[in-house]
Amino acid sequence: MIETNQLFRFTTAGSVDDGKSTLIGRLLYDSKSIFEDQLQAVERTSSKKGFNGIDLALFTDGLKDEREQGITIDVAYRYFTTPKRKFIIADTPGHIQYTRNMVTGASTANAALILVDARHGVVEQTKRHSFIASLLNIPHIIVCINKMDLVDFDEKVYEELCVQFKEFSSKLLVQDIRFIPISALLGDNVVQRSDNMNWYQGAPLLHTLETMYIGSDTNRVDARFPIQNVLRPQTDKFMEYRGYTGKIESGVFRKGDEIVVMPSGLTSKIKSIDVFEEELDVAIAPMSVALTLEDDIDVGRGDMIVRSNNTPEAVKDIVVMLCWLGNTPLNLKTRFNLQHTSNKQLAVIKEIIYKINIDTLERVEGNQDLKMNDIAKVKISIARPIMVDTYRKNRNTGSIILVDGKSNETVAAGMIT
Amino acid sequence: MGKYYLNYLDELEAESIYILREVWAQFRNPVILFSGGKDSIVVTRLAQKAFYPLKVPFPLLHVDTGHNFPATIAFRDNLSKGLNTQLIVASVQESIDQGRVLEEKGKNATRNSLQITTLLDVIEEKRIDCAIGGGRRDEEKSRAKERIFSHRDIFGQWDPKNQRPELWHLYNGGYQEGEHFRSFPISNWTELDIWNYIKREKIEIPSLYFAHKREVLWRNDSWIPFSSFLEIDKGEEVVSKKVRFRTLGDITITGGIESECDDINKIIQEVAAMRNTERGNRSDDKRSETAMEDRKKQGYF
Repeated sequence: MIETNQLFRFTTAGSVDDGKSTLIGRLLYDSKSIFEDQLQAVERTSSKKGFNGIDLALFTDGLKDEREQGITIDVAYRYFTTPKRKFIIADTPGHIQYTRNMVTGASTANAALILVDARHGVVEQTKRHSFIASLLNIPHIIVCINKMDLVDFDEKVYEELCVQFKEFSSKLLVQDIRFIPISALLGDNVVQRSDNMNWYQGAPLLHTLETMYIGSDTNRVDARFPIQNVLRPQTDKFMEYRGYTGKIESGVFRKGDEIVVMPSGLTSKIKSIDVFEEELDVAIAPMSVALTLEDDIDVGRGDMIVRSNNTPEAVKDIVVMLCWLGNTPLNLKTRFNLQHTSNKQLAVIKEIIYKINIDTLERVEGNQDLKMNDIAKVKISIARPIMVDTYRKNRNTGSIILVDGKSNETVAAGMIT
Repeated sequence: MGKYYLNYLDELEAESIYILREVWAQFRNPVILFSGGKDSIVVTRLAQKAFYPLKVPFPLLHVDTGHNFPATIAFRDNLSKGLNTQLIVASVQESIDQGRVLEEKGKNATRNSLQITTLLDVIEEKRIDCAIGGGRRDEEKSRAKERIFSHRDIFGQWDPKNQRPELWHLYNGGYQEGEHFRSFPISNWTELDIWNYIKREKIEIPSLYFAHKREVLWRNDSWIPFSSFLEIDKGEEVVSKKVRFRTLGDITITGGIESECDDINKIIQEVAAMRNTERGNRSDDKRSETAMEDRKKQGYF
């Protein structure tokens, strides 16, 4: 089972009362991932709050303030395993001021669950979340039309909402959108197929998550190996050993491959691919390995090993879609530490090309300020070249963060266009 | 290799190795917080894999409550000797003797929260800028919100509402003088993942994890091992039971469970079918609904 069981990461989004926490609670509860002592604690709190039965949302509320206020204020991670997959849920808050948390949760996800309240339809929040999901290039979107029990499990309501969502989402770049009518509260179509909606021919949510094809979510074409460290043991046994550690961000490397080290342009061949005491002939993303090269060349952290016939661009000026995460607004004079793969360089924001009105998805030009949760297309200048692919093509070599040089806060996240 | 994807255990391992290598690159003086428990043993093993053929480039730091399972101490000493890494022992007893902390009194006294001061003192004294921990997000509700690179202010405090956003796998380890980081390379592992990995990698663990006949007494809904540190009340009785421990902490508060599991396969089966969380047997976490969060804010692991 472990040999074939894959990791699947998804994020959940919805507005405050869409029942997102209830849905996760339901998934955990019905897939038997809740422990007795957790259940008892939740039962106690539920009855204290006067809740009829158990309040499933309590399973996901972590911090004291959230439990008191009944809202989710930060990304929380949940885990459950079925015989088919191990799941990591990034549970992110829905309200407007926490857009940055949603961006965070979405950055590594294979799929986004977007909740729509069947009574209210596609609202501003739904649009905002869908836009962020498409901006972060989440490969799959599952729209859960929730609270079907409150609209008498009516097929017509469901169909209308699907049409509504499709109309709006035609403006977004999403590869795969699916729809499922559910009731998180009662469990319809979450883990078990619903008896109340026989008109729905598709699979329940869990089955969809378990079987969705994710093989093409990882870039298998462009071999990229940013170097993290250099291993030079200089012991008797390993006197000549010089290993370059890193994680294969995309593509495949083979022993004997002709490679280029960027940005220097020096070339060599892969002598060995090492994982602990083992040597491999082939390694694929996202493996962590150490590479040794045939030639003794000057290579270090921040450099990138790629295959000779497929190289990224080495650039000092980039255009990115930027989400501002910092508490304080952008000061255009600030020098940032830009982090891209294992590379860290000084950078400045040169120009805000346009901002996006996240409610209308329209471009707003001529605006040179950025505050928390703003999304804008900007030009960035970097002190030394970094080796990039576009974010659409490669999430790992197409993403950057900006760190304020003084406070060390992570103030922005960017997707290279 | 015929297939073009990794199974989840390989993927978790790759992620953890990546994180450990980032720690090594971004910090001057990192240590592994080593308790002798299975999670810190797995972290140490991952560090061994991440840097081979280099030896583990981090010292092991043990915050010693003085209330130890003797087997844990022997295990710790053996492991650090075998790996040829430095072992730093920070003693809670010394913190008490120096008047840095006040020992709790009474039957339910523990040295658990006293560890915070001892830990923060050694971090300051040794100028440790990153303490690598075996914390997992599935363990406890406030841990579910913990970052992989988690910032601590100059008082060693965690501010859960003001954490740095952590995107993709770009980790920001920037800090100012006097601040430090905690890093959690196995954040995304669950208890069962740990056991499956221990089995796959044939990692040695203390015998306390396996069921043996042990002298125990029933307290706070679990079997507490008998030791000279325990004050025994009237009505409490020391009995011999076949028990094992799901977590290893301070001997005075770590409860065992009755079990027949004397090998790793049985343990994996038992854990997979387990209906209680592993920390359910730790009375340090049962003090209140937010016991862990409150301690973490002050600087706990």
